[in-house]
Amino acid sequence: MIFNRRDFLKALSAATASGALYGCAGGSKASGHVIIVGGGFGGATAAKYLRMWSNGGVQVTLIERNAHFISCPISNLVISGDKTLADLTVGYEGLKKWGIRVVHDEVTGVDAGKRSIRLAKGGEMNYDRLVLSPGVDFMFEQIPGLNNAEAQGKILHAWKAGPQTIALRKQLENMKDGGTYAITVPKAPYRCPPGPYERASVIAAYFKAKKPKSKVLILDANDEVVSKKGLFMKAWADLYPGLLEYRPNSELRDVDVANQTAVLEFDKIKADVLNVVPPQRAGDIAAKSGLKLINNRWVDIDWLSMESTSTPGIHVLGDAIFPAATMPKSGHMANQHAKLAAAAILNLLAGESPNPAPLLMNTCYSFVDSKNAIHVASVHRYDAEKKTMLPVQGAGGVSSVRNELEGAMAMGWAQNIWADMLT
Amino acid sequence: MKLLQLAASLCLAAITATAYAQDQNLARNLAASCANCHGTNGKAVAGSGLEPLAGVEKTELLRKIRDFKSGAKPATIMHQIAKGYTDEQMELIASYFSAQK
Repeated sequence: MIFNRRDFLKALSAATASGALYGCAGGSKASGHVIIVGGGFGGATAAKYLRMWSNGGVQVTLIERNAHFISCPISNLVISGDKTLADLTVGYEGLKKWGIRVVHDEVTGVDAGKRSIRLAKGGEMNYDRLVLSPGVDFMFEQIPGLNNAEAQGKILHAWKAGPQTIALRKQLENMKDGGTYAITVPKAPYRCPPGPYERASVIAAYFKAKKPKSKVLILDANDEVVSKKGLFMKAWADLYPGLLEYRPNSELRDVDVANQTAVLEFDKIKADVLNVVPPQRAGDIAAKSGLKLINNRWVDIDWLSMESTSTPGIHVLGDAIFPAATMPKSGHMANQHAKLAAAAILNLLAGESPNPAPLLMNTCYSFVDSKNAIHVASVHRYDAEKKTMLPVQGAGGVSSVRNELEGAMAMGWAQNIWADMLT
Repeated sequence: MKLLQLAASLCLAAITATAYAQDQNLARNLAASCANCHGTNGKAVAGSGLEPLAGVEKTELLRKIRDFKSGAKPATIMHQIAKGYTDEQMELIASYFSAQK
């Protein structure tokens, strides 16, 4: 291979044009300002990894409405009385140590053309890249009786960890022995596929120990248990016979708030504590910023960068996106999306292409009582031809049995993922 | 002139590798998929019961992960996760963690 001077200059200018010269010069140098909206599993992880991987070269602002992070994973154990909310609360101080500017505010609008956002407390901020990780918001309009603040204060979802988690615990404590707790499950996809079944299980464990005449009723809009079906069904048969009842094909149509009654297509079911997990869509800021949605609910993204397919410069993570086949809406997955996005953003800010071969993995533990847990795991690889993530065949699976070792690992998982995102 | 030629071919080789074959941070990116459980850069939270991977000998890491993948080493979950990674990906991940201080 012989190059003359002209060839070299041609190659050099091509390299410069494509930005690939950085690869030649020995290490990419990304710079710019990235704004991240939402400091949960996706957003907090993206903030930290952007700073860590750029050696502080990229400026990062994280905008989060809450003062602290409260984990949804493990929060069912607060509802069952086994943990406190303090056990799952982590501050944002750790992110500040990475040089991340943490702003406790709410974003009210995005101007993708000007690359700026508007804040509720006033003012605008400019970005080179914007990351939206807003989680889900609820479609209360599909449950007319619940479509007002007063009703929502009585019939709880507790599907975002925080005050509602505590309030649902109080409702259960105040319930008489012999009462019924009913939980409604929306049609998939929704945040945390095994979550409703875990919640029903750990509440059943609480009743079995403290209020043994009581009942747990699962009213599922789906035609079967959405996640870890065999393991949950076995746990219910072994541990809670006569105490926990599962009803598939039982979609919630409305709620009679005054009578604590779930209105289904044919039946009306009265409960002493009614817990409605409403249908969900991408969080407001993602759903209402003009990004292309799928099914009018979830943001369509490019799997090489997590960038919106319609709006350049805006990346979306976590529960708010339209998931690839068999990919759950989980905190673990949001953390993995964040790392994919952080790597891609740093490449893009350095004028390089995103990694052409990204990989995501998921692990999700569920407790079936205060100590015993089960898991599901999967690995997903980018398929260049189909331009999506596909589960790796032969990988992943569920627990062989429920046991305390998996319960201990579930708590170890929580400690490590909270540290991975926030310290 | 010879130097210039050499620089050009080296640079082109680098460009080709970057643009068409493999991201220069592939090992780092792949290893980050382990961090949720094993800690950022393999530094697991002390007392969490999860195995730290940072600074472990590459051969040791590779032996373990291959044994999980083959089923030789019993596990609750790692045999399922290990099957999701190719041998080449495992090499990259093991190299990355072994280099962490």
